[in-house]
Amino acid sequence: MKTGAAIHPLVQVPFQRCEEAFDRFFGGDHNPLRHLGAMGLFLLWIIVGSGLYLYIVLDTGVEQVYSSIGYLSEEQWYFGGILRSLHRYASDGFILVMMLHLVREWAYGRYTGFRFYSWITGIPLIWLAFVSGIGGYWIVWDQMAQFSAIATTELLDWLPIFSEPSARNFIAPDAINDRLFTLIVFIHLGVPILLLATLWAHVHRISRVDYLPSGKLMRGTLLTLLLLALLKPALSDIPANLATVATETRLDWFILFIHPLTDLTSPAIIWALLFSLTALLTVLPFLSRRKAAPVAVVDPANCNGCTRCQADCPYAAVTMAKHPTRRTYQVAVVDEALCASCGICAGSCPSSTPFRSQETLHTGIDMPQFPLNTMREALEQRMSALSGQTRIVVFGCDHGADVSQVASTDTAVLSLICAGMLPPSFVEYALRTGADGVMIAGCRQGGCEYRLGERWTVERLNRQREPQLRGKVPAERLHVSFVSANDGKILAHDLTEFRARIESDQHLSNKLQPYLRRNAHHA
Amino acid sequence: MLKPAAAIVGQVVLYGAFAAFIGYFATNPIYRQIPDDIAVLKLSFSHLGERECRKRTQEELDKLPRNMRAPMDCPRERSDIKVELDIDGENIVTHVMQPTGLYKDGISTMYRRILVKAGTRKLSVRMQDNVKEEGWKFVKEETIDIKPAQALVIDFHPDKGGLFIK
Ligand code: HEM
Ligand code: SF4
Ligand code: SF4
Repeated sequence: MKTGAAIHPLVQVPFQRCEEAFDRFFGGDHNPLRHLGAMGLFLLWIIVGSGLYLYIVLDTGVEQVYSSIGYLSEEQWYFGGILRSLHRYASDGFILVMMLHLVREWAYGRYTGFRFYSWITGIPLIWLAFVSGIGGYWIVWDQMAQFSAIATTELLDWLPIFSEPSARNFIAPDAINDRLFTLIVFIHLGVPILLLATLWAHVHRISRVDYLPSGKLMRGTLLTLLLLALLKPALSDIPANLATVATETRLDWFILFIHPLTDLTSPAIIWALLFSLTALLTVLPFLSRRKAAPVAVVDPANCNGCTRCQADCPYAAVTMAKHPTRRTYQVAVVDEALCASCGICAGSCPSSTPFRSQETLHTGIDMPQFPLNTMREALEQRMSALSGQTRIVVFGCDHGADVSQVASTDTAVLSLICAGMLPPSFVEYALRTGADGVMIAGCRQGGCEYRLGERWTVERLNRQREPQLRGKVPAERLHVSFVSANDGKILAHDLTEFRARIESDQHLSNKLQPYLRRNAHHA
Repeated sequence: MLKPAAAIVGQVVLYGAFAAFIGYFATNPIYRQIPDDIAVLKLSFSHLGERECRKRTQEELDKLPRNMRAPMDCPRERSDIKVELDIDGENIVTHVMQPTGLYKDGISTMYRRILVKAGTRKLSVRMQDNVKEEGWKFVKEETIDIKPAQALVIDFHPDKGGLFIK
């Protein structure tokens, strides 16, 4: 979409800058802005846990709800009261985190193609979250509850849903009854269950879901909410009284902001706004003109069924099937609808080694838009053009810092679809075919466009994950930088430092044995 | 990343900002729904309109099968219901409620929230649930001392003597 394409960079850049500023304090793994979905899930578990206790002590009679909740805050402030406050503040946090997550995914343009499914299943979550939240406040049956119940039913009555106006349920003190309250509690239990089910659908096409934030981030968040609960316990207003109107009410602006907004405008405007926003979010993926990139392609002749690509694929796009020609073997199969075209699988395949002597490099799983053979050719060609004392090859990523900025007579650069596309054998290959050093510019921790690329790259290079970097490769000749698209300066700085280190280090006589592929081939 | 001490200070500040943001907007700013000297009057009904029934003649009854000889011939359709409300002699609401349902055989409903200035007010409500008839079938007039922030209801209950103000 033209306008969409014009707007989201305006939000993306500030968002990214905030995220990177947070990195300075939290580091990528513990940065809440980089794990908003997981933060949402964590807050949800706090809500569920505290909610179960509240449900146990709640008495759902009209006369009793108010006092049974009030009892918690007054007589049992040290336990029930804290749980009550946690329930409220975690809900507010959940709404906040959900909205940030939505804005972030949108700003990064993450709503089309293979992400369509995650995006679309996210939309009902917003409705369910607000319905749960609004319903929750009614249960307290204080003045804020009364205000919200009346305002909500009046809003609902604008739509032709009920044969009798639902606001009549709150028209006078004797209009309301226990049955209605049981229904409200039932809704406040049922809708969150529906929310959990929808969340399951929301993440079920992603592998290795970020289900929970890091332990440090969870402890920090819980401690913060506990302190807030102690300093400012959640309390009830005066009891609801349908014979009067609350002229002034406290208001949870995260959840109940819709009521003042309705007063300010009209039910018609609010419904038009809600429905058109929902419709806009729904059609957004269809308005995008971004072309889908070609998906990964398996070459059964070079696949031995090792399942590494399946293990590394961030989007669960690879499954294993029976090999067409080799009995007892399996073969990888790519589901086109799920594939993100990230190339991480090409980096994981044991056949992806440039040391193979064939003229054309074929591997088990490859990207048509940038096959490994092209990668090897480009590497060879750019390295042969290098001159100077210390020749360095920089492997970068299309989504991270722009490595073409550091290309020069003694620096060859190669930008991949994702740093995770790089088979570690390419590092060794570069070092054995004339490079004095190899630098890999991956994204910042937790900042990979394809979720897992930077993580797999580090694990492979640290020899914690297959395919591992071979043991002979000297650590001093390899440098990994974690740089985002905004980190061009850091990249240049890291490169200068790396070069100086290589040049000054006396022990660096440890060059690998040179390798000449074409000679090997002709021999 | 910053040095550990600086990073921890930063984290404390950011967690604190998060708590302050949540803690504040969870209850504040206070929302003022209506001005101080105002009360709310809810004019709301849920009532079945009359049906235009006709007594069958003996001749007609004889023609009907034995099990269907009801003395009255009633259409499914119900009448619209007319409502008027005056406050201190000034007409505030004139409304016609239509029966719900595909065959116009359901209840007619309305719900109207009206803001009134507190003070002594004369309320008069009129209702007619059969628009074929002239005049008003139900009328209620009352002078009430309305207090600020009071929530008054005007409703109809056939068992409680028709229209009432509460
Ligand atoms: C109810 C609150 C929500 C929670 C708890 C939640 C949670 C999550 C989680 C845990 C992930 C996986 C992240 C990962 O493992 O990398 C995710 C991904 C995603 N969510 Fe949500 N989500 C919520 C609402 C939404 C909403 C409202 C939208 C937008 C309409 C949305 C859009 C997305 C998208 C597009 C992804 C895919 C990211 C990717 O593929 O890189 N989510 N969400
Ligand atoms: S390109 Fe990425 S998403 Fe597609 S199969 Fe390979 S690893 Fe999975
Ligand atoms: S990593 Fe390569 S060899 Fe292993 S299953 Fe995937 S395509 Fe086949």
